[in-house]
Amino acid sequence: MGDFRMPSLGADMEQGTLLEWLVKPGDTVHRGDIVAVVDTAKSAVEVECFDDGVIDALLVAPGQVVPVGAVLARLEGSAAATGPPSTGLPGVSPVAAAPALLQTPERIVGQTPQLALPSVTPIAPSPLVRHRAHELGIDLAAVHATGADGVVHRRDIEELAHAGPTRTRVSPLARRLAEANGIDLGAVSGTGAGGAIRADDIRQAMAAPATGGATERTTSGLDADQRATAMRNSIAALMSRSKREIPHYYLSTTVDLQRTSEWMRERNRELPVGERLVPSAALLLAAARAAREVPELNGHWVDGAFRPAADVDLGLILSLRSGGLLVPVLTAADTLDISQVMALMRDLTRRARTGRLRGSELSQPSISVSNLGDQGVESVIGVIYPPQVALIGFGAVIPRPWAVDGLLGIRPLVTVTLAADHRATDAAIGARLLKTIDRILQTPEET
Amino acid sequence: MTPEQARAMLETTLREIVPDADLSTLAPGADLRSTFELDSLDFVELVDKLSTRAGFRIEEDDADGLRSVEAVTQFLVTRSGHVGQQA
Repeated sequence: MGDFRMPSLGADMEQGTLLEWLVKPGDTVHRGDIVAVVDTAKSAVEVECFDDGVIDALLVAPGQVVPVGAVLARLEGSAAATGPPSTGLPGVSPVAAAPALLQTPERIVGQTPQLALPSVTPIAPSPLVRHRAHELGIDLAAVHATGADGVVHRRDIEELAHAGPTRTRVSPLARRLAEANGIDLGAVSGTGAGGAIRADDIRQAMAAPATGGATERTTSGLDADQRATAMRNSIAALMSRSKREIPHYYLSTTVDLQRTSEWMRERNRELPVGERLVPSAALLLAAARAAREVPELNGHWVDGAFRPAADVDLGLILSLRSGGLLVPVLTAADTLDISQVMALMRDLTRRARTGRLRGSELSQPSISVSNLGDQGVESVIGVIYPPQVALIGFGAVIPRPWAVDGLLGIRPLVTVTLAADHRATDAAIGARLLKTIDRILQTPEET
Repeated sequence: MTPEQARAMLETTLREIVPDADLSTLAPGADLRSTFELDSLDFVELVDKLSTRAGFRIEEDDADGLRSVEAVTQFLVTRSGHVGQQA
């Protein structure tokens, strides 16, 4: 039997709030399925499961705050109890289907209760109760059991249904529609019995002037102000720790992007307009491949020693329009081609801004990149995200005078910087990384 | 396409990326990217959506010039005119 635990969604995360279950007891889940939404204070995150199996019991109710590593649900039929590994989650795995949409055959319930297990939901409710809960749009995990046996009975559900909309009730179809269209359920007023949100309400919300898309999702227990404060505090804590603990050294170099620009322009003539490459994609890929060639900078400083990472999991530092930062990760970024980097970058940026990142996408990067080109600054000298040991910075690509073969030319130039942890490396290693980035950008056809 | 149609097309498209974008108070020559804080990904998206709406491919060389309301309007009017003549 396996456990589904609260994952670590970033180096600074100590606890998380379970916002929503997307599965229920009896559901079959597969590794990579999104099973819950967790609020890390910085952002609501869709969390995947790490095992195949059947959900045996949900042990934590929506709204509950639990520490990283706490068991959220019990799984049956999985090979071993495998929580997320401590230094990073598995890569972005293809999600076959939203598990909440799967109608699995009813599992036989009411088996021998397991002793010595947490008593939150020791025995699954009867099929009748589950059916009634489904009808009323009630999440069983949120129901308080009044029976002496700790089992949720029909009266508990009826009571909750009559108690009025303390918790918004949502029909499964409405939830599905809302999810597929990025509609914030919290912003929809239900017209069903007892204020329940029906599919029609979602369709109405979809027809209303778009507030979704480019705006940030607010489907969580926190309002925008609280989230901004939490995000600020989190950045403050992490950056203070970095400056307190990490003796940074800094290097900088200017790279001529003429060849890369010409090569991209050529590629872009053949690509559909919406898939055109932007310089950032070439810069990210060069950073990832350089990190592969200079493994001394790709990894973590843990317990007084450097631990190299197996893959180059590139953290992409993104600033949100409402303020604050999120750092989604491009897993094994050095193995991607430039179109894949471009597509991932576009996808991660969009979903970071609408609050729809997945847990695996917020795992610990092995090295991070701050790309401030679009902010129009020449260079960024970064603050390392502990326990990483390096941060690569890219400024804006700007046409400038440049000496080429003894003549003055106008070239698209970019300033590339490195902030590195002096405990792990010396400047000679750092210089090698910057020179490698330059070399890669001079031979774009090899990407 | 008339200049008014072109301007309306730009506004509609821009609002899909920046929901509260308002062109009415914007100077014709004002920089779209800096005014609406579009990053390079947003700009690719804007050009892609404009291209789809207008019904012709906007090459990257032309896209680079689409910096202001004035430039976009002029470009769309001229190009749609050409397409019309060819058809």
